[in-house]
Amino acid sequence: MTTKSNSISRSWWWKILAIVMLVYTFIMGFLGPVPAMPIINESIRNLYFHVTMWMAMITLMFVNVVYSLKYLSSGKLYHDLVGEESARMAMVFASAGLITGMIWANFTWGAPWVNDPQLNGTAATMLIYAAYFILRNAITDEIKRARIGSVYGIFAFVMMFVFIMIIPKMNDSLHPGKGGNPGFNKYDLDSNMRMVFYPAVIGWTLFGVWMMSLRVRLRKIEEKIHNA
Amino acid sequence: MKNKSLIFSLLFVIMNLAAQAQNVEMADTMRSNGKIFVVVVVAAVVSIVLSIYMISIDKKVSKLEKKINESK
Repeated sequence: MTTKSNSISRSWWWKILAIVMLVYTFIMGFLGPVPAMPIINESIRNLYFHVTMWMAMITLMFVNVVYSLKYLSSGKLYHDLVGEESARMAMVFASAGLITGMIWANFTWGAPWVNDPQLNGTAATMLIYAAYFILRNAITDEIKRARIGSVYGIFAFVMMFVFIMIIPKMNDSLHPGKGGNPGFNKYDLDSNMRMVFYPAVIGWTLFGVWMMSLRVRLRKIEEKIHNA
Repeated sequence: MKNKSLIFSLLFVIMNLAAQAQNVEMADTMRSNGKIFVVVVVAAVVSIVLSIYMISIDKKVSKLEKKINESK
């Protein structure tokens, strides 16, 4: 089967781009100039390694929604497969983001888990996506599983948006840009940091998509062996 | 008299703020005398090694895909 998405997952240019961006992040992330601020000090560089995890997670969850919608309109199980694997990869990034966030919070806010709407919202989102996999595994019929999984995937994305993007902005949160706190883009995130932050987001996201596409291809091979 | 003390206290506050701004601890000295570049090189090597490993997995998957498509 030579679909368009298959040829993209086999091409190399975007994988090389991901590597270049990541190596750039790992070098400039430590050496690039950052604003000197109390309490946060050099740990502001976590912007390139912690915040990017969430950016990659949100992108992969968006891929999940797109492929869920694609499955519902086309009925091709391949679309459902991509949707499932992107949600799995999103969970990997969410775990990494949660652990790094707890380490960062421990040294700047004083505790690994504070009663913050952003943190609790993230926990709720992860539980919602955990339920996505439980729901899928509970259904043995693969067409039924794909359809229910896709519908739930759309619901989960909406809930993620509410829990991570809306509720924390309505309440007071320690995170920048939420509640009474100024956003990074007001004065913290100066143009020097942008020069590293945006490539870091692109690099981590592409790297995540790469890992996801490898799993999709392995699942396809597995399927072919199973059918042979 | 009242004005004078006000100016003095203002001056004190400003000086304090300036002192605080200078006291923010950054890794500037570490970067000039220390060995931060060693850490940067190590981190860069780790990311390159992981990337090379990813490339090798990708190539292996491609080979498997080829094999399976030929046998079909």
